[in-house]
Amino acid sequence: MSQHIISPEISHAPDHSGSGTKRIWNVFWVLSFLTMVELGLGYFLYFKGAGMSHTAVLSTKIVIGVLTLLKAYYIVSVFMHLGDEVRNMIMTITVPLVLFVWFIIAFLYDGNSWKNLRNTNGYSKPNIQKVQTVPVKEGAKD
Amino acid sequence: MSTAAIPAGTKWWNGGRSPFNASYGKVMMWYFLMSDAFTFGAFLISYGTIRFSVNDWPDPNQVFNSVPFLGHANLPLVFVSIMTFVLIFSSVTMVLAVHEGHNMNRKGVEKFMILTIIGGIAFLSCQAWEWTHLLTGEHVALLNDGTLSVLPTTASSNPWGTHIPHEVMVAALQNTPHEQLANIAGTLHHGAAEVHNTAVMNNTELVNMISNTADFHVNNVGRPAFGSYFFGITGFHGFHVFSGVVINIIMYIKTKLGHFDQRGHYEMIEKAGLYWHFVDLVWVFVFLCFYLV
Repeated sequence: MSQHIISPEISHAPDHSGSGTKRIWNVFWVLSFLTMVELGLGYFLYFKGAGMSHTAVLSTKIVIGVLTLLKAYYIVSVFMHLGDEVRNMIMTITVPLVLFVWFIIAFLYDGNSWKNLRNTNGYSKPNIQKVQTVPVKEGAKD
Repeated sequence: MSTAAIPAGTKWWNGGRSPFNASYGKVMMWYFLMSDAFTFGAFLISYGTIRFSVNDWPDPNQVFNSVPFLGHANLPLVFVSIMTFVLIFSSVTMVLAVHEGHNMNRKGVEKFMILTIIGGIAFLSCQAWEWTHLLTGEHVALLNDGTLSVLPTTASSNPWGTHIPHEVMVAALQNTPHEQLANIAGTLHHGAAEVHNTAVMNNTELVNMISNTADFHVNNVGRPAFGSYFFGITGFHGFHVFSGVVINIIMYIKTKLGHFDQRGHYEMIEKAGLYWHFVDLVWVFVFLCFYLV
């Protein structure tokens, strides 16, 4: 379509004239607040984490991860204006990202399985060797 | 291809209009960012796999606990929070620049682009300080050969292994050569080292001085993967920030020259903005994976 030199494709610019910059600043405060909560939980782990159970520490870390996903949603949806785009376009961006669900679960599961193999000598020994008793000489490589 | 069944006027893929109601450049910028998200995702997930597979991994609060001009004060999470807020704020000024662009306000775009560029440079400066601090830092670690040594944190050297008991450290001091003993004594910032000339002390004096120093903690040498992943991923992100700053500077110059006013729209600012927000987005996850958990 070489006759369309003045780019007719830009038929739609997201309308911000009504909302002004208020929404942008609201999102800034939301992002700051979420970061402060994350930091609060980070300090909570720093000061109290040593005395907590493994499950409690892991749960706190998962909460921090969920807050991070919430921040990512606000950045993509409002700052990057993806929320204002046509639905089909939103889908072509977000649906492929579902691969990350498999990606994260599969690889972290694999890493965990690797650790179990290390600690049980390939599952041939009972699981006796735990974090605290790693021998001094075992350092950089094993 | 028959489109006979579709009424005239709804030929979405017939050319001349965008099915996504967005320009080609903007759609392709989104697809580039999506592929870049997979690149960063693969790096971070690989890091997670290795971290899950080992029993000992450095505690980020121990490694990243310094702030410029505050010496050896133990301040975990403080400096990286400053970096995070710098990047979030530069994201806000970027989206305000895009907003001014929609209103065809050249002065407003110029003002907010300058602020965004300053934010980007501030972030890169923070990262440069942090890298320098780690690469030149001196920490005593127990090597696999049973001697103590002073190590920096680099892509291949990691002094942040598991903590060793005092008596193991004292025993290792007996095997440590004189040169390293003097180096270790040199890292003792308070107490005896300042009043003694460590260069003229003999081995016994050095061993006594080091083993009698209060709050002198030694770790095993840690896994090199820690530094490799940290410098690799923050370096890859930092390179994105750097290229983002360069793109923003080009956009500022083009705005200043009135190119976008001639063109009739500020869509280039929007596309540069998408890239810049993506850089902020990645940092949110780097912050999570390397510093918070």
